[in-house]
Amino acid sequence: MPTLWGLAIVSLVGGLIWGFFLTPDADKFASTVKIIYLHVPSALMAINAWLMMLVASLIWLIRRHHVSALAARAAAPVGITMTLIALITGAIWGQPMWGTWWEWDPRLTSFLILFLFYLGYVALWEAIENPDTAADLTSYLCIVGSVFAMLSRYAVNFWNQGLHQGASLSLDKEKNVADVYYQPLLLCIAGFVLLFVALVLYRTGTEIRARRIGALEARERASA
Amino acid sequence: MRALLLRDLRLAMRAGGGFGLGLAFFLIVTVLVPLSVGPRTQLLAEIAPGILWLGALLACLLSLDRLLALDWEDGSLDLLATSPLPLEMVLGVKALAHWLTTGLPLVLAAPVLGVLLSLPGAGYGWLVLSLAVGTPALSVIGMFGAALTVGLKRGGLLLSLLVLPLYVPTLIFGAETARRGAVGMEAETAFLMLAGITLGAVALLPFAAAAVLRVNLR
Repeated sequence: MPTLWGLAIVSLVGGLIWGFFLTPDADKFASTVKIIYLHVPSALMAINAWLMMLVASLIWLIRRHHVSALAARAAAPVGITMTLIALITGAIWGQPMWGTWWEWDPRLTSFLILFLFYLGYVALWEAIENPDTAADLTSYLCIVGSVFAMLSRYAVNFWNQGLHQGASLSLDKEKNVADVYYQPLLLCIAGFVLLFVALVLYRTGTEIRARRIGALEARERASA
Repeated sequence: MRALLLRDLRLAMRAGGGFGLGLAFFLIVTVLVPLSVGPRTQLLAEIAPGILWLGALLACLLSLDRLLALDWEDGSLDLLATSPLPLEMVLGVKALAHWLTTGLPLVLAAPVLGVLLSLPGAGYGWLVLSLAVGTPALSVIGMFGAALTVGLKRGGLLLSLLVLPLYVPTLIFGAETARRGAVGMEAETAFLMLAGITLGAVALLPFAAAAVLRVNLR
């Protein structure tokens, strides 16, 4: 755990300093290009967090592994935060570049919808007392929600043409972003991934301990 | 099966408050819109398909928490779960009953309300068609949400929070069909997508709803 935290902090701080202070301004975007170091990794992690929740939910439903249910629960607030960071940095970037804080563009809209899905998921966890029931119900919600989130993504694409540029990073392209920006960006992404893993593990540990305390208290009450 | 359907229909008609309430809500929402945006015919005609779709969606949402809650309280849901009829089928039939008492009246009322919002003449056919095809999806998705929240004391607000994001694709394609129809664009693609969502939801979601309900009945 400490190693993980250390790596996450080192790569995040290193990537951000490298990105913010040691790269030149881009000719079209001036210094606003630098928000990419927060925007792209957080957007990436916002989606990956949901995918991780989906996998954890499936593991819970199939193998009844308690830790996976707790990990899904632990990941949700982190995912919400990542979604918010992506939306807010996007708005800050969009103001000078597109001349608007918000535009009903497919990518922006589907991120907002993803945010709503996260809210519903967390609210359901909070609302149910019995932990096993809550884990079951939220897992089903996560699966059904994933299908509908995908549907919404394509529905929104159909609904409006976009202002947002295409994917800045994709695996099938030889070169995506100029190397000067690409290397610190990769470091930032690694930092966000490590940070996410560290946060989720930490929060899962907390959940497990909370569960244990609950069990111990119940036993004490029973014996008293 | 037929007995269950008839029972649900009869309950909805006679128990008061359920049947017709959604319709009245739909009417009031549609009347309130011109009051809030001003009596500009041109603007109203433009937003009419969207307003009608949103109104229908909210009217549908309003009746969702009664979908399973009453049967849950008096214990008949437990009886239905132990009956020889599979739970998936029970929920499917109950969703059908919900659609017949909520969705269908909305579909029939929509053209009348379209007149109030001065919907262009070309739009009526597409509006009715899109609502007729789209509202079953709303009922089935709502059934899933109702099954999720049935055991909760204050499930109403949570139910809306859970169900509304799930309504997004249906709303987009439904309203888009009606809007394109109203302005004379080709609306077929959106309509086919809407039909696809409805068919998929009707085929798959009863299983999800039944799985969730089994957890809640445990």
